[in-house]
Amino acid sequence: MSRYISFRDFDWVLFIFVLMVCALGVTEIRSATVHTKFAGAHIRQIYWILAGIASMFLMSLVNYQLLLERVHWMYIAAIASLMMVMIFGHRYLGAKRWIKMPGGWHFQPSEWVKLILILAVAKYFNDLHQRELTWTDFIKAGAIVGVPMLMVLTQPDLGTALTYIPIAIMGLFLGGLRAKQALTVVMLAGLMMPLAWHGLKPYQRDRLTSFLEPEADSQGSGYQVIQSLIAVGSGGIWGSSAGSQTHLSFLPVPQTDFIFAAFAEEHGFVGALSVMLLYFIVLMRLTQNAQTAPDRAGTFVVMGVVAVLSFHILVNIGMVVGFMPVTGIPLPLMSYGGSSVLFMFLALGIVMNIRMRRFVN
Amino acid sequence: MFGRDEKVSPMRLTAVQYIVLGIFLILAYGLWRLQVVQSDFYATLAEKNRIRNVPILAPRGRILDREGRTIVDNYPSFTALLLRDSSRDLTADADLIAQGLHLDPKDVKERIRHFAASPQYQPIYLKDDITPDELAFIESHRNELPELDTIMAHRRLYPRNGFMAHLIGYVGEVSEEMLNQPQFELYNPGDVVGKSGVELQYNQVLMGKNGSRRAVVNSHGKEVQTLDDTPAQPGRPLKLTVDLDLQIAAEQALEGHNGAIIAMDPRNGEILALVSRPTFNPNDFAVRVSRDQWSKLVNDDDHPLLNKAIQAQLAPGSTFKVIMATAGLQEGIAQDMHVTCNGGATFYGRYFKCWVVAEHRTHGVVGIDKAIFQSCDVFFYTLAEKLGIGRIAKYATMFGLGQRTGIDLPQEVTGVMPSEEWKIRNYKQKWYAGETISVGIGQGAVTATPIQMARAIGAIASGGLLVRPHVTNPQDLPPGVIPAASGPDEVRIPLDPQNWQIITDALASVVNPGGTAPSAHLQGIDFAGKTGSAQTISNALKAKLGAAGKANFKDNGWFIGVEPRRNPEIVVCALLEEGEHGYLAARTAAQVIKAYVEKERRTPSKVAQKEKKIEIGAVWNDADPDGEDNDSLRAGRLVIDLKANDRRPTTDDRGPTTND
Repeated sequence: MSRYISFRDFDWVLFIFVLMVCALGVTEIRSATVHTKFAGAHIRQIYWILAGIASMFLMSLVNYQLLLERVHWMYIAAIASLMMVMIFGHRYLGAKRWIKMPGGWHFQPSEWVKLILILAVAKYFNDLHQRELTWTDFIKAGAIVGVPMLMVLTQPDLGTALTYIPIAIMGLFLGGLRAKQALTVVMLAGLMMPLAWHGLKPYQRDRLTSFLEPEADSQGSGYQVIQSLIAVGSGGIWGSSAGSQTHLSFLPVPQTDFIFAAFAEEHGFVGALSVMLLYFIVLMRLTQNAQTAPDRAGTFVVMGVVAVLSFHILVNIGMVVGFMPVTGIPLPLMSYGGSSVLFMFLALGIVMNIRMRRFVN
Repeated sequence: MFGRDEKVSPMRLTAVQYIVLGIFLILAYGLWRLQVVQSDFYATLAEKNRIRNVPILAPRGRILDREGRTIVDNYPSFTALLLRDSSRDLTADADLIAQGLHLDPKDVKERIRHFAASPQYQPIYLKDDITPDELAFIESHRNELPELDTIMAHRRLYPRNGFMAHLIGYVGEVSEEMLNQPQFELYNPGDVVGKSGVELQYNQVLMGKNGSRRAVVNSHGKEVQTLDDTPAQPGRPLKLTVDLDLQIAAEQALEGHNGAIIAMDPRNGEILALVSRPTFNPNDFAVRVSRDQWSKLVNDDDHPLLNKAIQAQLAPGSTFKVIMATAGLQEGIAQDMHVTCNGGATFYGRYFKCWVVAEHRTHGVVGIDKAIFQSCDVFFYTLAEKLGIGRIAKYATMFGLGQRTGIDLPQEVTGVMPSEEWKIRNYKQKWYAGETISVGIGQGAVTATPIQMARAIGAIASGGLLVRPHVTNPQDLPPGVIPAASGPDEVRIPLDPQNWQIITDALASVVNPGGTAPSAHLQGIDFAGKTGSAQTISNALKAKLGAAGKANFKDNGWFIGVEPRRNPEIVVCALLEEGEHGYLAARTAAQVIKAYVEKERRTPSKVAQKEKKIEIGAVWNDADPDGEDNDSLRAGRLVIDLKANDRRPTTDDRGPTTND
């Protein structure tokens, strides 16, 4: 028996909570940029969100199972686009991350590669069925994520590359990773750390050391960390009426990666906690959708989105409260930026499709 | 192919939910720690970020002459600077900015690039002391160029061309060395304080107290809002005893010479005029003195920074004979002394020449009066021999030689009045009687400053009233300010009226036919004085150096004049270095005396007629090399109209006045 998909099964609750986060993001972008050269960024953010919602609805109509069947082509396209960046990429601020498109657009492939990786990992673990993970499976899954990750690392874009890792971890965990395997990998990773340190660019090392000791270079790379801590801290419980860190632009470029710091300054502990609660509801709603997914692949896809979203929140808010180094990872749905907004809504579109198909067979 | 039954382990999904919850709890703890526990700490840091204490600089007090005319004023000086406002592309605006500020666009871009790495809150300084039209450019482009800003400081506006520079002195940033001295302990680094002259001596009066303003600034240092301010207390005006009319006359009299002129009222010690040449332009110091400029001033052989009126210790030459005559008459030796001058005489086995032999004459028989007005050396050699160094030193010291006069100016020197004790103390040698002979004509070991000589001869002409010279009157100083002077205000030295008459009459003859300076005669003015031509090196050394020595070691010409001859109202000392002859100095001093008398008699001074106005400061067109009048360039000019009734400075094109 078959049932047509219908928007009656669309997850309106999830959608409303997502929109609430977006709305808070837009108001904060407006507040943080109103007297700077970035003024008007909130309007552009609204356009991105509207475009995102439209693509979400479109995406929700596409049968994710058909997508998964063609995921190997998409994976090849992803690798190809990353190679395009390596060859034709537009260098900006020392990194090749964008491809110039006709009409003045800039396209950052590493964002939509994230989406393809979620699908590819889901497809891979779906095809493994329920058997125990072997080391071969493990290495294969690692390679699916590892190859594009290394390519993004060479751009260099450490932040985005790191966001690929939770996709693999989530897949492995749900795919039946055994405790022994997990321990082995953690130990190996520990041994690799010194090597990885040597592979980092000087500015990346600066960011890491300034996280550990921001006062050592308070005018250089430690500046953002200190100003962010001051912004959050001076917000207090109810928020700072002066909002001076953001409004007097001591906090540099607050509308992107440091949007949560700006928000926390203006709205205090209560406001910041409310935003986190909204995110938590969104994540719990997503996991619920994963449980009700019509098949194993659907669960993997939704949980992939959960993994990416949680990781972004962990690293971004962790950075703002001083638990994590500055890695240049935006806060999804709140930070200003088209690529990030489009990614989130496209991912939600797939989630919606999975939900709408929960009774479809 | 997607089997519904192959479900993912629900336990692992629940585990993921708990992991997410765990992450959120950790982040919430982080927020709680920052925003609740350490909130006050970070609020203080945010406060420090945005609130800045901006000093409000207090203008220094004006310096006025005895009639309240402004000699030194302030002008608001603006420095153009760039704020690193994130909303502007500085390099793109550089061309317009360079054009408006008359700078090279390349230099501006280079400066922007040079400071790119420095902290964003530090502004980039573009140009000091901008002109009014550059200021107008900044004001009219507030909207187009919000990053362009100015800071204002009061700067000293001194008279031009070094007019009165030595008396006034100059200001500068307080040095580390000064900060360690007790009288400057309340000052802060960066404060502008007096460095010499009355600027230093009366810094306490002139210097105001800076106020401060608490302002909200953004990360580029731009002031967004003012919270409160403590107004600055401007410095208090300082009234000098100097008469600007007389000062102008003295400046003009000394023009073209090196040396000094000092005019004093011998009745009370008020300094009426004080000039030293060569001079320097203190306006150069008011903005910023370059290293080159400074070393040029310090290393100049003519010592332009030296105030020769109080700091040049030179042989007084024949002017010393007035003190010799006083000593001789008071000791009862000179009254009936008659000496025959044959152009020289031998004392203690050495032949001493009289200056008159250079003119192939002799003085013949000389008494005390002729000895003074003809300045006969032989008479005073003989007198010196009879008096001995002890009695000479006693009188000279009585009249203030070899000690500071106590004038309220910094770094006065003592000069030397030699005596037997002095020689033993300084050279561990016995005084030779032969040395006394040279001292008798103001040569040898004796040295004096122009202010000492003016004071001493003024005292003799006043019948023995020795006053302490001063440039301010205590009653003109604000309460609580004690003039940093030393010694009693006046000392009365007993002087026999008959002797007094002999000396003063002889001094009057000096500037009459038969005297040494008849060309300095002033018709209708009771002018008296004494010339002096002092050797700068000994005759023997001069002979050794030959022609070269003659050129480099010309005599210093001295003249100390009084008016009227007894109980004078004014005493003028003129020192012309390398002036060769005293009569040149006499003419110089006579001009000052004349200006004084003309002013006293309320006849319009020729000086004041010729130059109805004097310009005492124009800073911005100093770059104009030829110094010709170019009124379109004249921006900050302070003009004193000597004829104006209200005696107040007029300001033209200077914008708002500074002392309010």
